[in-house]
Amino acid sequence: MTGPASPPSGPGSGSGSGREFAVSLIDARDPAVVGGKGASLGELTRAGVAVPPGFVVAVAAFTEAMTALDPDGALRAEVEALPSDDLDAIATVTARVRALITEAPLPDSVASAIAHAYVELGTGGGAEDILVLVNTEVAVRSSATVEDSAAASFAGLQDTYLGVVGLPSVHDHVCRCWASLYNDESVAYRRRLRLPEAGVSMAVVVQRMVAPRAAGVMFTRSPVTGDRSVVAIEATWGLGSALVSGDVTPDAFIVSKVTGEITTRRVASKIKIHRYRSNGPGVTVEDMPTSLRDVASLTDGEIRALAAIARQVEAHYGAPQDIEWALLDGGGSVDADADIAAAAAAERIVLLQSRPETVWAARERTPAGAAKPRPADHVLSLFGKPL
Amino acid sequence: MTEPAGFPLPSQIADVPGAENWRSMYRYFTRFQPDDDKRFWFYNSMHFPEPMPAFDTITGEVPYQAIGANTARLFVFPTTLGIEHRIVNGRVYITANPVLDPAEIERRAAEFGPRAGYYFEHWDSLYEGWKDRLRALIAEIESISVPSLPEWEPAEVVFGAVGVAQNHYLQENFHRVLALYSKMWHHHTEMLMLGYGAYVVFFQFCQQAFPEISDQTVARMVAGIDVIMYRPDDELKRLAALAVELGVDDLFTEGCVAADVLSALESRGAAGAQWLEALGKARDPWFHVSSGDGFYHHHLSWNDDLTVPFTALPGYVAAARGGGIRPRPTEQLIADRERIASGYRELLATSDEQAAFDQMLGLCRLVFPFVEDHKFYCEHWFTTRFFQKVKAFGELLARSGVIAAADDVFHLHHTEVDEALADVSLAWAAGSPPLGSSHFPPIIAERKRMLKVLADWSPPPALGPVPEALNDPAVRMLWGITSERIAAWLNPDPDEVVGVAASSGIVEGIARVLHDVSEISSLRDGEILVVPVTAPSWAPVFAKIAAAVSDIGGAMSHAAIVAREYGMPAVVGCGDATKRIRTGDRVRVDGDRGTVRVLE
Repeated sequence: MTGPASPPSGPGSGSGSGREFAVSLIDARDPAVVGGKGASLGELTRAGVAVPPGFVVAVAAFTEAMTALDPDGALRAEVEALPSDDLDAIATVTARVRALITEAPLPDSVASAIAHAYVELGTGGGAEDILVLVNTEVAVRSSATVEDSAAASFAGLQDTYLGVVGLPSVHDHVCRCWASLYNDESVAYRRRLRLPEAGVSMAVVVQRMVAPRAAGVMFTRSPVTGDRSVVAIEATWGLGSALVSGDVTPDAFIVSKVTGEITTRRVASKIKIHRYRSNGPGVTVEDMPTSLRDVASLTDGEIRALAAIARQVEAHYGAPQDIEWALLDGGGSVDADADIAAAAAAERIVLLQSRPETVWAARERTPAGAAKPRPADHVLSLFGKPL
Repeated sequence: MTEPAGFPLPSQIADVPGAENWRSMYRYFTRFQPDDDKRFWFYNSMHFPEPMPAFDTITGEVPYQAIGANTARLFVFPTTLGIEHRIVNGRVYITANPVLDPAEIERRAAEFGPRAGYYFEHWDSLYEGWKDRLRALIAEIESISVPSLPEWEPAEVVFGAVGVAQNHYLQENFHRVLALYSKMWHHHTEMLMLGYGAYVVFFQFCQQAFPEISDQTVARMVAGIDVIMYRPDDELKRLAALAVELGVDDLFTEGCVAADVLSALESRGAAGAQWLEALGKARDPWFHVSSGDGFYHHHLSWNDDLTVPFTALPGYVAAARGGGIRPRPTEQLIADRERIASGYRELLATSDEQAAFDQMLGLCRLVFPFVEDHKFYCEHWFTTRFFQKVKAFGELLARSGVIAAADDVFHLHHTEVDEALADVSLAWAAGSPPLGSSHFPPIIAERKRMLKVLADWSPPPALGPVPEALNDPAVRMLWGITSERIAAWLNPDPDEVVGVAASSGIVEGIARVLHDVSEISSLRDGEILVVPVTAPSWAPVFAKIAAAVSDIGGAMSHAAIVAREYGMPAVVGCGDATKRIRTGDRVRVDGDRGTVRVLE
């Protein structure tokens, strides 16, 4: 497993007939083309934040594949005609659609664009060792074009396949992401809202796999109190999915953006660990080794490095962020100097996602106070307040 | 133990076996009354972590009459009258008298506004005048003499037609000492309640705007850098540098004894004399700093017991020899303070909030010098002189045979001291022995015995019904009593001591519990200091320790400020840390959460 390298550069990557079907991350901009996740990872990449290198199978590829599969739109019209309350009918029809999508061969143009991008990812853009490419482990994730969070979750935003190895498997998992658009729940949801099936589309992000030592999420404001002066970090050993799925109570750390102090360290008893298997179905859930269970999954240097990156990302977007991150293995040397330790740790951090924080952003905020005619009036009103 | 639903009622507190006679030490007006069961009381462990010797109850009686007068009668605080205190089994419980009737609050507010506003508007000049008044009080108490009761009066008393004999001044002078102590406390509270009020509004504003902000971070924005509470420690550093300069530094070795060093210096010629002269200058007033907060007679000052300064001096001397003592990085501290303040200011969402922030922070910094420095004038300088003077009366009583030793005077209430002085006065005049010599010694012996028994009692943190809402700003301001604190009291963790998070960081280490400043020489490098009070006089030992834990103190206490400057974790105001932690325990001090966990 290699660490994060600089992403494949734009020009020259994915060139040829299929260029529009595979977009390298550094060129991923328009959510309508690369989906929300793809656009966000592209922006992070361009902002100089380390993300695992990769490419996006663009919406156009999905469209191309669906056109080949359903040239006159009859299949999608059939889906659109399903009554939203007839779950049996939905289950029957969508199972057929999913099978078609996952079993039909990809159009040549799409398959070769993905192949080209995958080869480049494996070789870092050079052509030296073509054998490496077949062993490049990647993560394949759906990247919805609909940003509405409820719709996005039904649209299969959660679909993530880890440890995908080899071109046939990459092709296969891209198709599985597409097929997730036709999950029973997604279709039932669209039917309830009477959304046109013609507007349904998806991009797929393919990134070099990272095997994190620890991973988690972080918010550039407190998720509990909404405080914007802190970065709240949650972490566990291994894959962050253990935390997202609720299989572990994560370690929690709070860092002041102003003083840099780690004001809260809550080390949880982390009973499970998520690991991935190459081309395996999802992740495996294992018992946490006892030697790690009650040990903090991050050092102070790593906590500070994460907080610094969180602030950088927040400053880039100009709004509080909800960030998924991973920390790669790296010697684990303990440096007495806090700044050096943080700098060393920063080299090993990659971001998997950043999106705007929505919960507190949507809330009405009561101002903490307002200026008064004289400063002393603040004290006078304090003691004038009834109990 | 199964946890009861609430706290016991005052009437349910049983006498501690073996000390059933504790009431004999305290005045009637400190007793719980039947109606007190209806109110919520909390144990003031912050100021009174030990059972009260009879004389020391004056440190409750006098401050509470001064504080209440200030809030209820002088400034007419709208929502707060005064504080009532009670003593049970030797411990001081208090409750605040709130004003609840909205019409009454409004009526009081009309008075309060102009009165408090006047002090804030003229704060600096009023503080200058205040310092003059305090210095005058100190000069006055220093000038009071204890009559020596000669065999007969000097002839000049007759030829000068003075007409008044010395025994008269026994009581007059003692009364003056008490009166000055009361005046000092009135001045102590004169500006303090308003000053704390400025802190409270800023703390509340910051907590509203930044719910995760720690009290210590708010305190860092407020803290002044040049305050006189640093002077005693600075004087020690200066003396250490001088010792090296004069070549007498060889005398300051680890574990050196003050008396031996002083006598050795006398045989060191001009250099020794020069150092002793510098020491003499530093001692008045800077060595009047108390090893406590002035609430117990046995919290001695550096001048009373040179152990603390002479424990710190060898370290400072070694530093001075090795290229000089690093001065406090005041510019850096000021820069940090400004960086933090502007960092939070920028995070505020609106310019109106920023303007409010500026006003409140400005007000805090205006009042800060008084709030920090008043302690030196009041709790240290004046109070050291006060207890010394009372002890001088004790010496006279001991010479007269009424009590066995001078310190025994502190086991008599001040009204009983007054009685004893009347007895001595009568006896001197009559030419007979005082009758107290058969009256007081057994009483004092019994009280000393009871205090030892009472020291082992674990007082409940609170008594009486828990109020539905407890947000009295005065109570929160002075004692940090909040609904959360009460909830924690009701569900204590046996291995965790909870206090105020005073200085950030987490450290594990071996605890050294020191009950008295005289034990300070047992402290080893890297230990965690656990003490009743981390008074400014302890500051010099901060260079040796890994963390500080105390029974008394808040986030704005001097010890907390010093700990933050040393960058060491500190948890203060724990109430019973010195009781629950033992020397040699391995403990984890969490200066972020304000907890100390006993690990083994």
